[in-house]
Amino acid sequence: MEKIPIIKIDRFLLVSIQVDMHDNLALSLQDELLTKITATGAKGVLIDISMLDIVDSFIGRILGSIAEMAKILDAEVVVVGMRPAVAITMVELGLSLEGIRTALDVDKGIKLLNTVLDERENIDGRVTR
Amino acid sequence: MDVLRAREVPLTSEYDIARARQMVRAWALEISLGLVDQTKIVTAASELARNTVVHGGGGAMFLELISSEQRKGLRLTFKDNGPGIPDIQVAMEDGYTTGGGLGLGLSGAKRLVNEFVIKSAEGEGTEVILIKWKLVTHD
Ligand SMILES: Nc1ncnc2c1ncn2[C@@H]1O[C@H](COP(=O)(O)OP(=O)(O)OP(=O)(O)O)[C@@H](O)[C@H]1O
Ligand SMILES: [Mg+2]
Repeated sequence: MEKIPIIKIDRFLLVSIQVDMHDNLALSLQDELLTKITATGAKGVLIDISMLDIVDSFIGRILGSIAEMAKILDAEVVVVGMRPAVAITMVELGLSLEGIRTALDVDKGIKLLNTVLDERENIDGRVTR
Repeated sequence: MDVLRAREVPLTSEYDIARARQMVRAWALEISLGLVDQTKIVTAASELARNTVVHGGGGAMFLELISSEQRKGLRLTFKDNGPGIPDIQVAMEDGYTTGGGLGLGLSGAKRLVNEFVIKSAEGEGTEVILIKWKLVTHD
Protein backbone atom coordinates (compact mmCIF):
# COMPACT_ATOMS: atom_id res chain seq x y z
CA MET A 1 0.00 0.00 0.00
CA GLU A 2 1.14 3.55 -0.64
CA LYS A 3 2.20 5.53 2.34
CA ILE A 4 3.09 9.10 3.05
CA PRO A 5 6.34 9.25 5.05
CA ILE A 6 6.33 11.00 8.40
CA ILE A 7 9.76 12.25 9.47
CA LYS A 8 10.84 13.29 12.94
CA ILE A 9 12.91 16.48 13.16
CA ASP A 10 13.97 17.44 16.65
CA ARG A 11 10.71 17.61 18.63
CA PHE A 12 8.54 17.94 15.54
CA LEU A 13 7.03 15.69 12.89
CA LEU A 14 7.20 16.59 9.22
CA VAL A 15 4.85 15.27 6.60
CA SER A 16 5.37 16.15 2.96
CA ILE A 17 2.35 15.37 0.86
CA GLN A 18 3.86 14.55 -2.51
CA VAL A 19 0.97 12.94 -4.32
CA ASP A 20 -2.56 13.65 -5.42
CA MET A 21 -4.06 11.91 -2.40
CA HIS A 22 -7.13 9.82 -2.88
CA ASP A 23 -9.57 9.97 -0.01
CA ASN A 24 -8.52 6.78 1.78
CA LEU A 25 -4.88 7.79 1.72
CA ALA A 26 -5.79 11.11 3.32
CA LEU A 27 -7.76 9.32 6.03
CA SER A 28 -4.95 6.87 6.76
CA LEU A 29 -2.46 9.74 6.93
CA GLN A 30 -4.64 11.31 9.59
CA ASP A 31 -4.62 8.07 11.62
CA GLU A 32 -0.88 7.51 11.28
CA LEU A 33 -0.05 11.05 12.18
CA LEU A 34 -2.05 10.92 15.39
CA THR A 35 -0.51 7.55 16.31
CA LYS A 36 2.95 8.96 15.68
CA ILE A 37 2.31 12.08 17.77
CA THR A 38 1.44 9.84 20.69
CA ALA A 39 4.36 7.47 20.09
CA THR A 40 7.01 10.19 19.78
CA GLY A 41 5.59 12.82 22.08
CA ALA A 42 6.10 15.34 19.28
CA LYS A 43 5.13 18.86 20.25
CA GLY A 44 4.52 20.11 16.76
CA VAL A 45 3.57 18.87 13.30
CA LEU A 46 4.49 20.46 9.98
CA ILE A 47 2.30 19.48 7.06
CA ASP A 48 3.99 20.50 3.83
CA ILE A 49 1.40 20.88 1.06
CA SER A 50 3.63 22.68 -1.44
CA MET A 51 3.22 19.79 -3.88
CA LEU A 52 -0.58 19.77 -3.62
CA ASP A 53 -2.21 21.42 -6.62
CA ILE A 54 -5.64 21.64 -5.04
CA VAL A 55 -7.22 21.59 -1.59
CA ASP A 56 -10.88 20.65 -1.80
CA SER A 57 -13.45 20.44 0.99
CA PHE A 58 -12.41 16.88 1.82
CA ILE A 59 -8.71 17.66 2.28
CA GLY A 60 -9.65 20.89 4.05
CA ARG A 61 -11.76 18.95 6.51
CA ILE A 62 -8.93 16.47 7.13
CA LEU A 63 -6.39 19.23 7.75
CA GLY A 64 -8.83 20.79 10.20
CA SER A 65 -9.45 17.59 12.09
CA ILE A 66 -5.74 16.75 12.25
CA ALA A 67 -5.12 20.15 13.83
CA GLU A 68 -7.98 19.68 16.26
CA MET A 69 -6.98 16.20 17.38
CA ALA A 70 -3.29 17.11 17.56
CA LYS A 71 -4.24 19.86 19.96
CA ILE A 72 -5.87 17.30 22.23
CA LEU A 73 -2.57 15.42 22.14
CA ASP A 74 -0.78 18.63 23.09
CA ALA A 75 0.83 19.19 19.69
CA GLU A 76 0.59 22.25 17.44
CA VAL A 77 0.03 21.93 13.70
CA VAL A 78 1.39 24.23 11.01
CA VAL A 79 0.41 23.85 7.37
CA VAL A 80 3.27 25.04 5.19
CA GLY A 81 3.86 25.85 1.54
CA MET A 82 0.35 26.39 0.28
CA ARG A 83 0.50 27.57 -3.33
CA PRO A 84 -1.06 30.98 -4.03
CA ALA A 85 -3.49 29.56 -6.63
CA VAL A 86 -4.61 26.98 -4.07
CA ALA A 87 -5.12 29.66 -1.41
CA ILE A 88 -7.17 31.83 -3.78
CA THR A 89 -9.34 28.88 -4.82
CA MET A 90 -9.92 27.75 -1.25
CA VAL A 91 -11.23 31.16 -0.28
CA GLU A 92 -13.68 31.16 -3.17
CA LEU A 93 -14.77 27.64 -2.37
CA GLY A 94 -15.63 28.90 1.10
CA LEU A 95 -13.01 26.90 2.97
CA SER A 96 -11.31 28.72 5.76
CA LEU A 97 -8.41 27.11 7.51
CA GLU A 98 -9.56 28.99 10.56
CA GLY A 99 -7.72 27.83 13.62
CA ILE A 100 -4.93 26.34 11.56
CA ARG A 101 -1.54 28.00 11.58
CA THR A 102 0.13 28.46 8.22
CA ALA A 103 3.63 29.38 7.14
CA LEU A 104 5.32 29.97 3.80
CA ASP A 105 7.82 27.13 4.02
CA VAL A 106 9.19 24.47 6.36
CA ASP A 107 11.87 26.79 7.80
CA LYS A 108 9.34 29.46 8.70
CA GLY A 109 7.01 26.76 9.99
CA ILE A 110 9.67 25.52 12.41
CA LYS A 111 10.33 29.07 13.61
CA LEU A 112 6.62 29.58 14.13
CA LEU A 113 6.30 26.35 16.10
CA ASN A 114 9.24 27.29 18.31
CA THR A 115 7.69 30.67 19.02
CA VAL A 116 4.33 29.17 19.81
CA LEU A 117 5.83 26.54 22.10
CA ASP A 118 8.01 29.07 23.89
CA GLU A 119 4.97 31.23 24.53
CA ARG A 120 3.08 28.24 25.78
CA GLU A 121 5.94 27.45 28.16
CA ASN A 122 5.97 30.98 29.49
CA ILE A 123 2.25 31.08 30.03
CA ASP A 124 1.71 27.90 31.97
CA GLY A 125 5.21 26.95 32.98
CA ARG A 126 4.98 23.59 31.28
CA VAL A 127 8.19 21.99 30.14
CA THR A 128 7.92 21.31 26.45
CA ARG A 129 11.55 20.91 25.54
CA MET B 1 -21.35 25.98 -29.48
CA ASP B 2 -19.07 23.28 -30.88
CA VAL B 3 -17.79 20.24 -29.08
CA LEU B 4 -14.21 19.70 -30.17
CA ARG B 5 -13.58 16.59 -28.17
CA ALA B 6 -15.41 14.49 -25.60
CA ARG B 7 -14.54 11.80 -23.15
CA GLU B 8 -16.38 9.83 -20.50
CA VAL B 9 -14.75 9.13 -17.14
CA PRO B 10 -16.51 6.58 -14.96
CA LEU B 11 -16.96 7.56 -11.31
CA THR B 12 -17.51 4.56 -9.12
CA SER B 13 -14.77 4.62 -6.49
CA GLU B 14 -12.73 7.20 -4.66
CA TYR B 15 -9.79 6.39 -6.97
CA ASP B 16 -11.92 7.65 -9.85
CA ILE B 17 -12.20 11.03 -8.09
CA ALA B 18 -8.43 11.42 -8.27
CA ARG B 19 -8.45 10.25 -11.89
CA ALA B 20 -11.16 12.74 -12.79
CA ARG B 21 -9.04 15.51 -11.26
CA GLN B 22 -6.04 14.46 -13.34
CA MET B 23 -8.08 14.32 -16.56
CA VAL B 24 -9.56 17.77 -15.99
CA ARG B 25 -6.09 19.15 -15.21
CA ALA B 26 -4.68 17.71 -18.44
CA TRP B 27 -7.47 19.18 -20.58
CA ALA B 28 -7.28 22.53 -18.80
CA LEU B 29 -3.57 22.65 -19.62
CA GLU B 30 -4.34 21.87 -23.22
CA ILE B 31 -6.49 24.96 -23.66
CA SER B 32 -3.85 26.96 -21.72
CA LEU B 33 -6.21 27.90 -18.94
CA GLY B 34 -4.40 30.15 -16.46
CA LEU B 35 -3.04 28.57 -13.29
CA VAL B 36 -5.70 29.98 -10.96
CA ASP B 37 -8.51 28.97 -13.34
CA GLN B 38 -6.99 25.49 -13.70
CA THR B 39 -6.96 25.19 -9.94
CA LYS B 40 -10.57 26.36 -9.74
CA ILE B 41 -11.96 23.96 -12.32
CA VAL B 42 -9.99 21.00 -10.94
CA THR B 43 -11.23 21.81 -7.42
CA ALA B 44 -14.83 22.13 -8.62
CA ALA B 45 -14.49 18.82 -10.49
CA SER B 46 -13.15 17.15 -7.36
CA GLU B 47 -16.19 18.33 -5.37
CA LEU B 48 -18.70 17.16 -7.96
CA ALA B 49 -16.92 13.86 -8.60
CA ARG B 50 -17.00 13.10 -4.90
CA ASN B 51 -20.70 13.96 -4.67
CA THR B 52 -21.37 11.60 -7.59
CA VAL B 53 -19.52 8.77 -5.85
CA VAL B 54 -20.56 9.41 -2.25
CA HIS B 55 -24.12 10.76 -2.52
CA GLY B 56 -25.09 9.57 -5.98
CA GLY B 57 -23.87 6.00 -5.59
CA GLY B 58 -21.58 6.35 -8.61
CA GLY B 59 -22.00 7.62 -12.13
CA ALA B 60 -19.80 9.35 -14.66
CA MET B 61 -18.17 12.57 -15.68
CA PHE B 62 -18.45 13.70 -19.29
CA LEU B 63 -15.55 15.91 -20.17
CA GLU B 64 -15.89 18.13 -23.23
CA LEU B 65 -13.63 20.64 -24.89
CA ILE B 66 -15.98 23.28 -26.29
CA SER B 67 -15.65 26.40 -28.35
CA SER B 68 -18.00 29.27 -29.01
CA GLU B 69 -17.22 32.39 -30.98
CA GLN B 70 -13.69 33.34 -30.02
CA ARG B 71 -13.34 31.32 -26.86
CA LYS B 72 -12.59 27.82 -25.72
CA GLY B 73 -13.67 26.13 -22.58
CA LEU B 74 -14.25 22.96 -20.66
CA ARG B 75 -17.70 21.57 -20.00
CA LEU B 76 -18.00 18.95 -17.29
CA THR B 77 -21.19 16.99 -16.80
CA PHE B 78 -21.57 14.83 -13.72
CA LYS B 79 -24.37 12.30 -13.85
CA ASP B 80 -25.68 9.64 -11.55
CA ASN B 81 -28.84 7.63 -11.06
CA GLY B 82 -28.76 7.90 -7.30
CA PRO B 83 -31.43 9.10 -4.86
CA GLY B 84 -31.51 12.64 -6.26
CA ILE B 85 -31.80 15.86 -4.27
CA PRO B 86 -35.27 16.64 -2.88
CA ASP B 87 -34.67 20.36 -2.40
CA ILE B 88 -31.94 21.81 -4.60
CA GLN B 89 -32.18 25.28 -3.09
CA VAL B 90 -31.46 23.95 0.36
CA ALA B 91 -28.68 21.66 -0.89
CA MET B 92 -27.02 24.65 -2.56
CA GLU B 93 -26.72 26.55 0.73
CA ASP B 94 -23.26 26.94 2.21
CA GLY B 95 -22.91 24.47 5.04
CA TYR B 96 -25.84 22.23 4.17
CA THR B 97 -24.87 18.56 4.35
CA THR B 98 -26.62 15.26 4.90
CA GLY B 99 -23.38 13.32 5.07
CA GLY B 100 -21.15 14.90 7.70
CA GLY B 101 -19.26 16.99 5.15
CA LEU B 102 -18.70 20.73 5.27
CA GLY B 103 -21.58 21.31 2.88
CA LEU B 104 -19.37 23.37 0.61
CA GLY B 105 -19.21 21.15 -2.47
CA LEU B 106 -22.18 22.44 -4.47
CA SER B 107 -22.21 26.07 -3.36
CA GLY B 108 -18.43 26.35 -3.53
CA ALA B 109 -18.11 24.68 -6.93
CA LYS B 110 -20.67 27.11 -8.31
CA ARG B 111 -18.47 30.03 -7.26
CA LEU B 112 -15.45 28.48 -9.00
CA VAL B 113 -16.89 28.18 -12.50
CA ASN B 114 -18.48 30.46 -15.12
CA GLU B 115 -21.66 28.45 -15.61
CA PHE B 116 -23.34 26.03 -13.26
CA VAL B 117 -26.51 24.06 -13.91
CA ILE B 118 -27.98 21.46 -11.59
CA LYS B 119 -30.88 19.15 -12.39
CA SER B 120 -32.13 16.74 -9.80
CA ALA B 121 -35.30 15.34 -8.35
CA GLU B 122 -36.01 12.81 -5.66
CA GLY B 123 -35.63 9.31 -7.10
CA GLU B 124 -34.41 10.58 -10.44
CA GLY B 125 -30.68 11.00 -10.05
CA THR B 126 -28.60 14.12 -10.35
CA GLU B 127 -26.91 15.96 -13.18
CA VAL B 128 -24.57 18.89 -12.70
CA ILE B 129 -23.01 20.82 -15.56
CA LEU B 130 -20.00 23.09 -15.08
CA ILE B 131 -18.40 25.35 -17.69
CA LYS B 132 -15.11 27.15 -17.35
CA TRP B 133 -14.20 29.50 -20.21
CA LYS B 134 -10.72 30.53 -21.09
CA LEU B 135 -10.66 34.29 -20.84
CA VAL B 136 -10.00 35.92 -24.17
CA THR B 137 -7.12 38.33 -23.93
CA HIS B 138 -6.72 41.07 -26.46
CA ASP B 139 -3.12 41.64 -27.30
N1 LIG C 1 -25.18 13.54 -6.61
C1 LIG C 1 -25.95 13.68 -5.52
N2 LIG C 1 -26.95 12.81 -5.24
C2 LIG C 1 -27.71 12.94 -4.13
N3 LIG C 1 -27.56 13.93 -3.23
C3 LIG C 1 -26.60 14.84 -3.44
C4 LIG C 1 -25.74 14.77 -4.59
N4 LIG C 1 -24.88 15.83 -4.53
C5 LIG C 1 -25.19 16.50 -3.41
N5 LIG C 1 -26.21 15.92 -2.74
C6 LIG C 1 -26.86 16.40 -1.50
O1 LIG C 1 -26.55 17.77 -1.33
C7 LIG C 1 -25.88 17.98 -0.07
C8 LIG C 1 -24.90 19.11 -0.21
O2 LIG C 1 -23.82 18.73 -1.07
P1 LIG C 1 -22.41 19.44 -0.90
O3 LIG C 1 -21.45 18.84 -1.87
O4 LIG C 1 -22.62 20.91 -0.97
O5 LIG C 1 -21.99 19.07 0.59
P2 LIG C 1 -21.45 17.68 1.17
O6 LIG C 1 -21.08 16.76 0.05
O7 LIG C 1 -22.46 17.17 2.13
O8 LIG C 1 -20.15 18.13 1.96
P3 LIG C 1 -18.73 18.56 1.30
O9 LIG C 1 -18.90 18.56 -0.18
O10 LIG C 1 -18.45 19.94 1.83
O11 LIG C 1 -17.76 17.57 1.79
C9 LIG C 1 -25.27 16.64 0.27
O12 LIG C 1 -25.07 16.48 1.65
C10 LIG C 1 -26.33 15.68 -0.27
O13 LIG C 1 -27.40 15.56 0.63
MG1 LIG D 1 -19.83 17.37 -1.52
